[in-house]
Amino acid sequence: MKPPPFHYHDPRSLDQALALLASRDNAKLLAGGQSLMPMLNMRFAQPDDIIDLNRIEELSFVRHTEGGRIEIGAMTRQRELADAAVIHDRCPLMCEALRHVGHRATRNRGTIGGSLCHLDPAAELPVVAMALDATVHVQSRRGARTLAMAEFPAFYMTPAIEPDEIVTKISFEPWPAGHGAAFVEFARRHGDFAVVAVAVLLELGGDGAIHRASVVLGGVGPGPLRCAAVEAAVTGSRGGSAFQEAAATCGEIDAMEDVHASSAYRRHLAEVLTHRALDTAFTRAGGERAS
Amino acid sequence: MTETRKIEMTVNGVRHQLEIETRVTLADCLRHHLGLTGTHLGCEHGVCGACTILVDGQAARSCLMLAVQADGAAIATVEGLAGDDGTLHPLQQAFHDNHGLQCGFCTPGMLMTLVEFLESNPDPSETEVREALSGNLCRCTGYQGIVAAALDAAQRMRAQAVGLS
Repeated sequence: MKPPPFHYHDPRSLDQALALLASRDNAKLLAGGQSLMPMLNMRFAQPDDIIDLNRIEELSFVRHTEGGRIEIGAMTRQRELADAAVIHDRCPLMCEALRHVGHRATRNRGTIGGSLCHLDPAAELPVVAMALDATVHVQSRRGARTLAMAEFPAFYMTPAIEPDEIVTKISFEPWPAGHGAAFVEFARRHGDFAVVAVAVLLELGGDGAIHRASVVLGGVGPGPLRCAAVEAAVTGSRGGSAFQEAAATCGEIDAMEDVHASSAYRRHLAEVLTHRALDTAFTRAGGERAS
Repeated sequence: MTETRKIEMTVNGVRHQLEIETRVTLADCLRHHLGLTGTHLGCEHGVCGACTILVDGQAARSCLMLAVQADGAAIATVEGLAGDDGTLHPLQQAFHDNHGLQCGFCTPGMLMTLVEFLESNPDPSETEVREALSGNLCRCTGYQGIVAAALDAAQRMRAQAVGLS
């Protein structure tokens, strides 16, 4: 298993990369390589040109802007994210999810932009980005634009970006201090893609009841699935039986079926894991369970 | 269409300059071009972990990197673990003593993964060791000897560090 022949380019700036991408018909962007390299080795991908983004330093950063948003460069490695103080302090959901992303050796290379653009249905980082209502920033020679993460998946493993566009960063507003976050998944082996994963963010009001909730499932459909029914059902509640009823709405979702699990099993996992994640996030938010 | 590039990298402290086809993986470069066949290739798509090496001190799958991407990098492979006089690295000795290998195919990847892991976590729990090794497949041992070796090596390396300080 060896990659097919291709022209290799390693631009040093985003402008150079955009110019190259605009001028080639069948080019692939090489980010961390933890998904594209297997596809090249197995010749599932046969691009004429490989544009390696690894030497573009301007795409690798984690910033906390003056406006209070967190910005992550597309080529920031998963390992760097997990080690970043601002992510640790302000976005515990991402930290918890990163522990499930592959293995240390793949996180040392894999990037957030690569995870988002590869868009594996069971990948953790797209679920996190959706739960955070992140904005995806893309650029081409024609200009820059942004997409809400909710609009980013076009269909199965395909982001809604044009062939001449590069994802340059994601940004999001961190949830306020004191919010509760939980990322829970079931995989056959630690580090495998999840069969089902769930991300939960909860914010409590002064009265101890939930006044804002974000609940997103991964592994059940072609892209991350926002569970509006669960969010609505928990808002205003104080845990307890409300969580059980809320999680039960996952029994209604249209879960996919593949070699790893049936749709019925995925619905079951979605319900159980969502319930667990709600409980954990609520406790972490300092919530006191109603009877 | 054969496209080549001149690259330079340091492998186990030795500088190498070579001209290589751009599509060659780092793993094949090490094995075929530099003759360092200690790095093993199991699956060639990033699942088995046998080809794990250190790139600038960080563990990476050498089958998932192109050799040209390692231009300017410092690589460490299993060949660099033992001392010049053949003295085994404490991790290698622990594998030997704890029956941490049978056929030996996965061993180089296990060792290089654990080198990085024990550096960042010198006193791991068994659970942490198992999690650290979850990306490395072994089809012989059932992992018991490998986990025991990792814990034993951690203890030896801690003792060594205390002895040095």
